[in-house]
Amino acid sequence: MATVDLGVQERAAQVSTDSRKVNDFSIQVATVNGSGSQSANTVLLRSIFQMGIPISGKNLFPSNIAGLPTWYTIRASKHGYIARKKEIDFVVAMNAETAQEDVMSLGAGAACVYDEPLNLSGLRKDIAFYPVPFDKLVGPVCPEAKLRRLVKNMIYVGVVDALLGIDIEESEKALAKQFSTKKKAAELNKAAVRAGYDYALATFTKQDPFFVERMNENQGKIIIDGNAAAALGCMFAGVTVVTWYPITPSSSLVEQLIDYLKEHRIGPDGKATFAVVQAEDELAAVGMVLGAGWAGARSMTSTSGPGISLMAEFVGLGYYAELPGVIFDIQRVGPSTGLPTRTMQGDVLSCAFLSHGDTKHILLLPCSVEECFTMAMDAFDLAEKFQTPVFVLSDLDLGMNNWMAHPFQYPEKPLNRGKVLDDEDLKRLGGFARYKDVDGDGIPYRTLPGTTHPGGAYFTRGSGHNEKAQYSERADDYVRNMDRLARKFETARSFVPAPVREIARSSKIGIIAYGTSHWALVESCDQLRKEHNLQVDYLRLRAYPFNQDVHEFIKDHDCIYVVEQNRDAQMFQLLKLDVDADQIIKLRSVLHYNGLPIDARSVTDAIISQQTPAQKGQ
Amino acid sequence: MMSTTTTPTPAPAPKTNHIGLSVLDYRGGKTTLCAGCGHNAITERIIDAMYEMGVQPENLAKLSGIGCSSKTPAYFVNRAHGFNSVHGRMPSVATGVALANHKLMVLGISGDGDTASIGIGQFVHLMRRNLPIIYLIEDNGVYGLTKGQFSATADLGSRLKTGVINDLPAIDTCALAIQLGATFVARSFSGDKKQLLTLLKAAIAHRGTVMIDIISPCTTFNDHEGSTKSYKYSKDHDEPVQELGFVPVFENIEVDYDPGTTATVRMHDGSALRLTKLNRDYDATSKVAALHLLAESHAKGEMLTGVFYVNTTTPSFIEQLNLGGESLAKLPEAVVRPSKQALDAIMEELR
Repeated sequence: MATVDLGVQERAAQVSTDSRKVNDFSIQVATVNGSGSQSANTVLLRSIFQMGIPISGKNLFPSNIAGLPTWYTIRASKHGYIARKKEIDFVVAMNAETAQEDVMSLGAGAACVYDEPLNLSGLRKDIAFYPVPFDKLVGPVCPEAKLRRLVKNMIYVGVVDALLGIDIEESEKALAKQFSTKKKAAELNKAAVRAGYDYALATFTKQDPFFVERMNENQGKIIIDGNAAAALGCMFAGVTVVTWYPITPSSSLVEQLIDYLKEHRIGPDGKATFAVVQAEDELAAVGMVLGAGWAGARSMTSTSGPGISLMAEFVGLGYYAELPGVIFDIQRVGPSTGLPTRTMQGDVLSCAFLSHGDTKHILLLPCSVEECFTMAMDAFDLAEKFQTPVFVLSDLDLGMNNWMAHPFQYPEKPLNRGKVLDDEDLKRLGGFARYKDVDGDGIPYRTLPGTTHPGGAYFTRGSGHNEKAQYSERADDYVRNMDRLARKFETARSFVPAPVREIARSSKIGIIAYGTSHWALVESCDQLRKEHNLQVDYLRLRAYPFNQDVHEFIKDHDCIYVVEQNRDAQMFQLLKLDVDADQIIKLRSVLHYNGLPIDARSVTDAIISQQTPAQKGQ
Repeated sequence: MMSTTTTPTPAPAPKTNHIGLSVLDYRGGKTTLCAGCGHNAITERIIDAMYEMGVQPENLAKLSGIGCSSKTPAYFVNRAHGFNSVHGRMPSVATGVALANHKLMVLGISGDGDTASIGIGQFVHLMRRNLPIIYLIEDNGVYGLTKGQFSATADLGSRLKTGVINDLPAIDTCALAIQLGATFVARSFSGDKKQLLTLLKAAIAHRGTVMIDIISPCTTFNDHEGSTKSYKYSKDHDEPVQELGFVPVFENIEVDYDPGTTATVRMHDGSALRLTKLNRDYDATSKVAALHLLAESHAKGEMLTGVFYVNTTTPSFIEQLNLGGESLAKLPEAVVRPSKQALDAIMEELR
């Protein structure tokens, strides 16, 4: 038969050159969780990455150990767009349960590789089908029957390599990295990739327009997930006490931190320079963080929404008694248990004001793995400088997915341990008042337990206290203290990471976004310009409290879209509380809250639909 | 014959302990608790124990949760850092402090509500870890600050002033602590000065989790006929398991005791705790014997006091974490921030 004689790549010429889609499409692999598909997907992602094409990978997985549907999406983009792409162009259908829906949801012109017995080819006429007999192919390469279920997935890597023109040697290189400590597994999987590759070359005629061609965009870049990046940041911030309670999607932050600490933080005497405690719950985890912070350690915990809710009382103590501590919130979909394995920016308001009474907290908002690294270090400095709990609001998309990045830069600034008086200081000063605003910035001086000067001790409490940390229910003491705390928060405005003017084209229309929404925004701004001739300026928030730049950006624009991933426009509400009353009317809201990472198309459509006819003509 | 001249006697030098401090150096603020409150007596014993043991005041960290008992750290050792934290959550704060600076002596004061109700979760997990922390429960069976509701250590059948009878069984915090891993567990009575002082001194010498439940009558809400935590009831029912003796390491006194009647426990700092037999044969180093004794006492309705369990061999959490000599809080940047080479090597791995 003719189809057997000709390779897929030779047939590629048959796809007319003007309809070819090179390095600009998304691949979705639909499998069952617990089937080992994660390794195959990582190899596929790395193969394209190694060919120099900008990529992103997003894992859409269930809250389950094994047996439920899971999807992995890889986007290749020669433009460098790494947000989720709304449309799927190329699907690998391995899961019988979802295969039909996976195919029916594709757009016309898409492609589908599927497990032959699923018999999907009859479903649609407008997409390219490539049936692969995975079970028949896996037998010869994997004699051990019980391993076949896992190795089977690696076959689709070879099939996709052949169909898209991915150099199989890149997949072999990626495999060697993936299984660097397991030689036998590496060999087995290599044979599986090859079997898929050879089968596809020998069997298929290329019918779809998607191609991978080498670029040179990834020179020197790394691939890392946000939780690992944050863990590195914590280690290089000099964290000494780590407490946690396992919760998706934050567990991998501490787990990876433990691995890093074990490797890099054992002293020459063989002793650990850190303590990690898996606590009984999040209340205890944050209690330990604050106790350790009070006693002078750099302490942190990592959690997600349900843990934040539990920490509320303690965080109020941290605010009022002025105790340093770092809390990572890898946000997932709430309320309640919500969708534990889906992403959201849903804890902005609850973290900003966590606890009863008048409380407000510093929030850091990383958008990238680089910022997970740098803001982890910022968070410890700020927590000790301002003697207060500091939140780092990452999310599931950032924390658990792999992202490309430039290698992280070694920190240049020394650690900022804040206003701590030691014995020498106390000898000079004769004593101190724990909650007195000596410098006018609202930040008082503290001492650590164990300070030997007899004037060094003070009594910390969550109840009312005066400047000398004595119990007080006096109205004037209470008001003076609360006003100082407010002043301290004002000071923080100019010390937290400043917002970034990502796009400045002197437009009258502005966009404000933060965190992982950034990647959709970059792409959406291009879409607005190219498709709608709409120029916009874009400011990316990096922290709360907002600094003066945020206010100026709002003043400088007639209309500002605040884009975020929650239902209740939480950052929009926070901005409304902060800006002048006459500015509030300028603010509009664009929301995305279906649990999937925000995509550019949704943002573009939402902005265009809110533009008045006159604005659309701009 | 009698002399008519009197020689002026110089004012006696204040008595000092072996680190040269007087008992005044261990005093705190004036108590604001009710007159006659058992907690005030416990505060006095803590001051005596710290003084007699020569604890450096600045090396103590005193913590508490919320409640009458939790106010007391303000009433002793003003020269120590204090921390009145959150209701039922002192164990986690104390844990953080002990991890950050394991050279501190960490003393946690709690009450029966703070421990056995709202704080039971953190209490049991603290006991599991065997951190070097002294945990005292000032146990009166009622919530004082909220005007006299039963707590979870109130005995079955005990009666409130209002006539309400407790119809739920009491939680035995000592049995819990022993089962879960605390390595020095005792019960005492605020009215038994000698026993309580001896226990506290031994607690200071111990390196591991110490849990002492101290029956401490509430004169305002739980000191009436029908209460099983009143002064009268406690005096009538207090039955010491053994007679206690304590010889601190710095006194260096060697006395031979009859091994048939007195067991000597060598504490971590070298001090000796002597347990002398009273009415029963009891081995305080046996967990099984301790749990058996407590279960039996519940059946008989006895209020046993004394050392139920002591174990000086189990490693503390600090040892399990493999921490070095310097406290984590004091480690310099050069130690806690790995080198640029380390970061570059990690980056290389991720390429």
